[in-house]
Amino acid sequence: MADVTLQPGAGIVEVKGRSLWADARHRFMKNKAAVAGLVILVLVAIACFGAPYLGLRSQDDINWDMIQSPPDFAQGYFFGTDSNGRDVFVRTLYGGQVSLTVGIVSTLVSLVIGTIYGATAGFLGGRTDGAMMRVVDMLYSIPFIFFVILLTVFFGRNFVLIYVAIGAVNWLDMARIVRGQTLSIKRKEYIEAAHASGVSNWRIITRHIIPNCLGPVVVYMTLTVPVVILTESFISFLGMGVQEPQSSWGTLVAEGADNLEIAPWQVFGPGAVLAVTLLALNFVGDGLRDALDPKDR
Amino acid sequence: MPPAQPMTSQSMSTGPSPAMKGAPLLTVQDLKVYFEIGGNRLTGKAPGLVKAVDGVSFELRAGETLGLVGESGCGKSTLGRAVLRLLPIRSGRVVWLGTDLAKLDHKRMRAVRRDMQIIFQDPLASLNPRMTVGEIIAEPLQTFQPNLGRDAIRDRVKAMMAKVGLLPNQLNRYPHEFSGGQCQRIGIARAMINEPKLIVCDEPVSALDVSIQAQIVNLLMDLQREMGMSLIFISHNLAVVKHISHRVMVLYLGKIMEIADRNSLYTEPLHPYTQALNSAVPLPDPDEERQRSRIVLRGDLPSPLNPPSGCPFRTRCPRATEICAQVMPDLLPAKPGHLVACHHADYPRGN
Amino acid sequence: MTKVLEVSDLRTTFTTPEGEVKAVGGVEFTINQGEVLGVVGESGSGKSQIFMSIMGLLARNGHAKGSVKFKGDEILGLDVKALNKVRGVRMSMIFQDPMTSLNPYLSVRRQMTEVLVLHKGMSESEAAKNAVEMLERVQIPEAKQRLNMYPHEFSGGMRQRVMIAMALLCGPELLIADEPTTALDVTVQAQILELLVGLQRDVGMAIALITHDLGVIARLADRVMVMYAGNIVEKGSVRDLFKDPQHPYTEGLLESMPRLNETEATRLQTIGGQPPNLQNLPSGCSFRDRCRYAFERCVTERPLLTAFAEGRSKACHLPSL
Repeated sequence: MADVTLQPGAGIVEVKGRSLWADARHRFMKNKAAVAGLVILVLVAIACFGAPYLGLRSQDDINWDMIQSPPDFAQGYFFGTDSNGRDVFVRTLYGGQVSLTVGIVSTLVSLVIGTIYGATAGFLGGRTDGAMMRVVDMLYSIPFIFFVILLTVFFGRNFVLIYVAIGAVNWLDMARIVRGQTLSIKRKEYIEAAHASGVSNWRIITRHIIPNCLGPVVVYMTLTVPVVILTESFISFLGMGVQEPQSSWGTLVAEGADNLEIAPWQVFGPGAVLAVTLLALNFVGDGLRDALDPKDR
Repeated sequence: MPPAQPMTSQSMSTGPSPAMKGAPLLTVQDLKVYFEIGGNRLTGKAPGLVKAVDGVSFELRAGETLGLVGESGCGKSTLGRAVLRLLPIRSGRVVWLGTDLAKLDHKRMRAVRRDMQIIFQDPLASLNPRMTVGEIIAEPLQTFQPNLGRDAIRDRVKAMMAKVGLLPNQLNRYPHEFSGGQCQRIGIARAMINEPKLIVCDEPVSALDVSIQAQIVNLLMDLQREMGMSLIFISHNLAVVKHISHRVMVLYLGKIMEIADRNSLYTEPLHPYTQALNSAVPLPDPDEERQRSRIVLRGDLPSPLNPPSGCPFRTRCPRATEICAQVMPDLLPAKPGHLVACHHADYPRGN
Repeated sequence: MTKVLEVSDLRTTFTTPEGEVKAVGGVEFTINQGEVLGVVGESGSGKSQIFMSIMGLLARNGHAKGSVKFKGDEILGLDVKALNKVRGVRMSMIFQDPMTSLNPYLSVRRQMTEVLVLHKGMSESEAAKNAVEMLERVQIPEAKQRLNMYPHEFSGGMRQRVMIAMALLCGPELLIADEPTTALDVTVQAQILELLVGLQRDVGMAIALITHDLGVIARLADRVMVMYAGNIVEKGSVRDLFKDPQHPYTEGLLESMPRLNETEATRLQTIGGQPPNLQNLPSGCSFRDRCRYAFERCVTERPLLTAFAEGRSKACHLPSL
């Protein structure tokens, strides 16, 4: 009865499928800029998180002879020293741990909250959707710095504060994006098919809608991480985030900026690392967007 | 199963209970599906009303294929979806195995869905691109039989794939790796995995190549013969509908023009619209095609937002008279099993 | 018999990231004056790409080679300026979807007069007069008022008439119609076919009718060529093809169509298998995987299109069906 031609190798062995993610990965790997960005990110991450194992000085080591000295490659002070005689390069690496962690964790948190919230709002539609999105609008209208200052007043200068503040803001954007995606996916025939098959609403959201939203969401994520890192830098720059002796790229840039006239290397070192990381993230984000381009499907 | 009827003399005389073979599986009574378009609450502008399905009644028996034909705006797709309650119903009854579906709440409706399925026009669009074929076919099984083990599910999916003509070892592939015809087979497998009693086929072959259409039509007919389910087959392709259906219903702007068994409809069409439809389909036979006399209708299909008064077909009908503009003709039997709604139908001799 | 179009060894390939795809693999045919040539095929047959190549409308990654002579003059490979003197003027094309073929932002008047002003050098008012006449010719009621309307104000059937009117404005000698009625309702299709039959009779222009609908072919075509996987597999008069098909694919197509005038619901004879994958064609004859008559020679040797009777040719190793 099968009107199907037998393919070579047909038999009991189950054939492996080629998912859309695999296709996208393939396309991504062909994009030189994106791959370069990815490599840079990995190197930066290894350097920052592996710093304790690289046999470098500790970030608290004070060298009384070399206070505020310019870079000295012979002695291993790649970025020079700061006003306390600490190795700026090492501090940059440890600071990177903070910045990267905040960036990634914050983004992931906002991803989870935002996706579920946005998909539910978009799927339910009608008044529920309206109400949920009005909540988002209201939260949006709170000025960010004001919110951070409020948190600082209540909880003091706290590392965790940064996570909360940034995560609390970013999930709003994610929710909006996911809701928009959900609205367009809702009309697709395979959603109608799922309804007709008796699949429950919750399952439709988790199994059918969210996986198909993820394309733009992933791209947005990689472009959010730079924003988060910059925001953290900004908060720390304003003196409300990370506390001494811990550093983040933001605090380092802040310190360096204070001493710009007499010790410009203090800003350039960490600033350059920050800039390169952000650039790499953007390349990766662009590469992902091209790779996940739904035009082909 | 409908609730047991008390055995009074009255119920004995109302006919066979729905559980008996031969009784209709589905009875649709005066179904109306209207959509509101536009309108603005602020300015007070009233919304326009599209009467997509405007008073349709019919019956469907077990193992029967009812074809729905008509052109754009006739409401055939809307009707198919309304029967499955995938669209809101304005008024009317949809009685499935004795229960009026229009009155069921969502939870009970979901339970009924196990027995009523649908296959779609665009085969690829009806499959979730991020799920494997195996997962797609297994989903209805997991929904209604959550206690089945993974291996049991896998076996059933593979058996179903073989039944619809797919290679079972392809179950880890993704929809975009298959051709249109194969995607439609996947859709059919998904619809059939729970052995439903009714499948609504919404233009299932229109998007396929001609040579593949025949494969799918054969497949549906074979499955019906084997599993005994009923089909509501919606299509604008009259030849395909005629081939696969037992009875055919002709729709125009949401109203039934004619219903008859397949042969009567094509050899003895009584409604002028059916006659025009039959005449309009070009036959793949050069001599016959060029010699036949043809009815070519004037004008275009009216907009469903503004249907003509009385009989909607009157604006293009060669026989229209004054009464056609005033009164919508009733759907009346011209002979047993052949109903037509026309003031000027060709009633057969002896009627 | 003057030849309006003479195509010889036309090959069209597309460069894709996965390699070269041969959409059209060396086709040869002619269209005579006043004749309707039906081009039949399904997806992957190349039937549309042939005429896109001829009209110079290929996508950017497509290249066409070979020879295409329009009334004796070579037009394949012409630069855009020279090609524009031919296409739209002496040779026009209408497409399947009238919704997307007309510019929704321009009035019908603008789109029609543009053609005349550009190609025939008419004045705006002269062009408008001609446009109204043409709209009346294609039986659009109240043509004068409708001229100033926008495409979205017309129904599907009317839009297709407008397309036909636009295509006929400059009096072309060849009209290429790519699935002109596929997107239309069946009663509207009947009207458009009547129109084409009438116009063709009155004007005497040649038509290349591309479609997968054998009924439409039976209605309009004088000669037919059947395409499969980029090659012509059979050519002949319309009667010969329908009454006595000599290629298994043609035979299969005819058998797999349900007929309105059949009396019993017999099982449809189908062509097994899947449509051809142009990136992965089988060796020898492209149709052999789906052919019920295939034998050893079909695997190793690709059959060439050869004449076997007056005005008939086929690409098949079988001596006869």
